[in-house]
Amino acid sequence: MRRYWWKILSIVLLLYTFIAGLLIPLPYKTAYEDSNLYESMRNFFFHVPMWFGQLILITVSLVYSIKYLRKPDITYDFYATEFARTGTVMGCLGLITGAIWANYTWGAAWSNDPKQIGAAIALLIYVAYFVLRNSMTDMDKRGRVAAVYNIFAYFIYIPMIMILPRLTESLHPGGKGSEGNPGLGGSSLDATMRIVFWPGVLGWTLLATWITTLRLRVRLLEEKKHTVNF
Amino acid sequence: MKQLIVTLIVLFARLVANAQDSLNHAAQQPTGLNAGNKIYVVLVVAVTILIGLLLYVARLDRKISKLEKHSS
Repeated sequence: MRRYWWKILSIVLLLYTFIAGLLIPLPYKTAYEDSNLYESMRNFFFHVPMWFGQLILITVSLVYSIKYLRKPDITYDFYATEFARTGTVMGCLGLITGAIWANYTWGAAWSNDPKQIGAAIALLIYVAYFVLRNSMTDMDKRGRVAAVYNIFAYFIYIPMIMILPRLTESLHPGGKGSEGNPGLGGSSLDATMRIVFWPGVLGWTLLATWITTLRLRVRLLEEKKHTVNF
Repeated sequence: MKQLIVTLIVLFARLVANAQDSLNHAAQQPTGLNAGNKIYVVLVVAVTILIGLLLYVARLDRKISKLEKHSS
């Protein structure tokens, strides 16, 4: 057993987010007077951490891709792939939970909101990363092409999900103009919501990292088996 | 003796009244998991799922640790 304190921290933080996320009183004005969010505002503690977690995981993936290009060690390639994979799973969950939430607050599961479209395109770019990676059998070539593509994917992903939706009118908070919900971020995210939201982000990120390390350990075991057989 | 019987009857009546009162009270003020518009039921369900998933991941972790031990 290696150092496992962060796994326990993840469990504690997630239990805390679930309990506090369902029970704390919401800021009445934002939830009931300024919007039609009502109790669904609690989704903020569950839907948004998916995207924050995904962003952190694919950033880690980017770092390992750069490391691979600097020093072609196959382990770095595995790290980059598995972090991107868990990140993509989180992104899919974020998209699905977003659609469910949108169905009851914006009136439709998919309303072609710039952020929805941007997130969908960004996820497809990452799906293409796995397709591209699996299409090559030569380990060195695969590692290099996948690493270069991953770096491009990251720098398309950021404008797609964080910059473009802010330049146009959006139902998501932070968009230009007065359309849509009041911003949950910034000044209207009150203190009681912050103390549930940020531990949630950390808890989900740690859990996703935990799952990633499990996949990595299986991958490395397989790799070891192959080299022994040769 | 007469006094005792009267006392007992009064006490019993008091007990019934008490029970009736607490019954009415329970109908007005749900307790336990029924309180708070039953949000606690959702809480218990969500936390059960979370704990189940976490236990699953933890067991997987231990299994892989064993494999690693064997292979080294």
